[in-house]
Amino acid sequence: MPIKPRTSMPTQEAEARKRNFNEVALGYREEDAIAEAARCLQCKDAPCQKGCPVGVQIKDFIKAAKTGDWAAAYDKIKETNSLPAVCGRVCPQEEQCEKLCLLGKKGQPEAIGRLERYASDMAMKRGVNVQKPGDGAPGKGRKVAIVGSGPAGLTAAGDLAKLGYSVTIFEALHASGGVLIYGIPEFRLPKAIVAEEVDLLKKLGVEVRTDVIIGRTVTVDEVFAMGYEAVFLGTGAGLPKFMGIPGENLNGIYSANEYLTRTNLMKAYRFPDYDTPIKMGKKVAVIGAGNVAMDSVRSALRHGADEAFVVYRRTEKEMTARAEEFEHAIEEGVKFHFLTNPVKFLGDETGWVKGMEVQKMELGEPDASGRARPVPIPNSNYVMECDTVVVALGTSPNPLLSSTTPGLKTKEWGGLIVEEETGKTTRDAVYAGGDAVTGSATVILAMGAGKKAAKAIHEDLQERAKKA
Amino acid sequence: MFKIVKKRILTPVTKLFEVDAALVAKKAQPGQFVVVRVTEKGERIPLTVAATDPGRGTVTIVVQEVGKTSSMLGRLEEGQDLLDFAGPLGKPAPLLDSGHVVVVGGGFGVAPILPIAKALKSRGVKVTGIVGARTKDLLILRDELAESCGEVLVATDDGSLGTKGLVTDVLKKELIDQGVKIDQVIAIGPMVMMRAVAEATRPYNLKTLVSLDPIMVDGTGMCGACRCTVEGKTRFACVDGPIFDAHKVDFDEAVRRGKMYAAEQRVAFDRYKAEVAK
Repeated sequence: MPIKPRTSMPTQEAEARKRNFNEVALGYREEDAIAEAARCLQCKDAPCQKGCPVGVQIKDFIKAAKTGDWAAAYDKIKETNSLPAVCGRVCPQEEQCEKLCLLGKKGQPEAIGRLERYASDMAMKRGVNVQKPGDGAPGKGRKVAIVGSGPAGLTAAGDLAKLGYSVTIFEALHASGGVLIYGIPEFRLPKAIVAEEVDLLKKLGVEVRTDVIIGRTVTVDEVFAMGYEAVFLGTGAGLPKFMGIPGENLNGIYSANEYLTRTNLMKAYRFPDYDTPIKMGKKVAVIGAGNVAMDSVRSALRHGADEAFVVYRRTEKEMTARAEEFEHAIEEGVKFHFLTNPVKFLGDETGWVKGMEVQKMELGEPDASGRARPVPIPNSNYVMECDTVVVALGTSPNPLLSSTTPGLKTKEWGGLIVEEETGKTTRDAVYAGGDAVTGSATVILAMGAGKKAAKAIHEDLQERAKKA
Repeated sequence: MFKIVKKRILTPVTKLFEVDAALVAKKAQPGQFVVVRVTEKGERIPLTVAATDPGRGTVTIVVQEVGKTSSMLGRLEEGQDLLDFAGPLGKPAPLLDSGHVVVVGGGFGVAPILPIAKALKSRGVKVTGIVGARTKDLLILRDELAESCGEVLVATDDGSLGTKGLVTDVLKKELIDQGVKIDQVIAIGPMVMMRAVAEATRPYNLKTLVSLDPIMVDGTGMCGACRCTVEGKTRFACVDGPIFDAHKVDFDEAVRRGKMYAAEQRVAFDRYKAEVAK
């Protein structure tokens, strides 16, 4: 019997959506979700689950979905995943669960992410009943501190709170969510969804303290002195990389972090209703080709750019952006200039960027990352006009914590050194996970690391209690 | 929320606020700043700490009303709250342990100079102050500064008090030209003033520090909005500064970057003024 194609998800038309910040994907209707759930083979060994960094019980949740019991499906997902409405939207499922789906061997894999999203959205619409852990919970009366409210921190907080620990999240910014709120744009992940997930954690008893910069406002040593028995560092990779080429500090040149933070956290797209401005460029160049570059270039269109384009020194094949983001960008009219590398930014008489000199590249031997190394072609330089530039070449961990916490060791490039399976750092009772350890990666990998660390913290604290 | 426990009107457009922020009060060192947000739709703006009282758990900031956010802040009263007040941020000012330091404050820049002068005095350093403003009514915190300084010299553009002229005129004529031995100058104020001080001391190779006040968003090293060029290298004022060697700062760039959103700031301010007038 031929395999039915997967049920497509309604999206906003490209022509309309490229001028608004509303979510691109509209989500399944109930009939779509039921039809898609029906495709699942319910494989005995559930290979899909091995691809999930947080171990969602995919087989069982889809089993419930097949019968239309979305409440049960949601509860099943929630057993292991603190942020399903987020994961259903931004996980690279095609490289994880769906990659291992048996249906995918002969046709299209089960749309696991879309079902996760549907189950979560329905649950939130219905109202989620949060069960606080009872007095007998193993973590009762013990305090754990989480630094950073991004995906790693929120996951660790959720898992520990479920075990009864008194969890406090310390967040440097004024809002919780980390990269989910300052980085990923509204059109991929509505901020109301993030706020709802955080609210559910608060109902579970998690306390969030914003405006506290660990390392500055309070040190890790002081956190311990406040009675916290363990600290998890989920501080992300906040430090933007620049190219270090002439003219980079001209007006109108942004790091992707700044461009996206102004847009998402500060809502510059609603200026002057919101106070934070952004340069609404007419010709916007984005340098780099990862997910953050896609988010930036698609934001530029929504800010009203006539032309928004990506400049990347390698080719389409080496791009690190998800296939779906790349396709959406193309549909919206983003142009891609591959094998092209800026060497100099050019300014006008007032100091605003007006263009950049680029050099054509060709691919050579593979480099340390395993990708073909781009090599400049001599005498191939030319000028590309632009009035706004976004540099999206990745980020590295902010050195603030490592420099203010004695005993905390990092790798040369700034990543915290941890034990892979537990997230234990070089400092006693301090754990870490997510981009602070790996450098910029994905939401779900950070969540997986938060989960592992929460488990290790729980085991270590229970062990300590036994000894005492 | 961070409660305003005291407000003082220093000039019609310059307000001092003592804010309840116990954690920041315990930590803030001279030269550091905080990031403040006034309303839910508001910007995050950096403000240099003017004083701390760890015992009371308060931090003092001074704001000059130049645009929408600073005006909204300036209109707040005692008992009202600031939405966000995060810090301390940036590196503390590097302070000498002996010798003679001249601190120069222009306009509301006198406020961030205060804790620096106070700390220097407590270390046994001789401190001379120079303050300047357009006219005498705009001079602020002169008495407070005098507590830490052997002498406070005054310059006003219109000659209504002290020397008629700029702070640099006073620095040159009354100190440098008189052969007074100076080990360091620390100047905080408008960019044009800091640049002028840098140029005044450069020929004498007189070590001069300035505190840059660029546009910031997060203030923790995340966005790079505050980048500046110092000694030919890009630095983030929020984590590498805000205090830098004045002779190594690219002031042209700093001035230009400071005006990046001049048009948008005007739009926001005009709208705000129209709203307030209603």
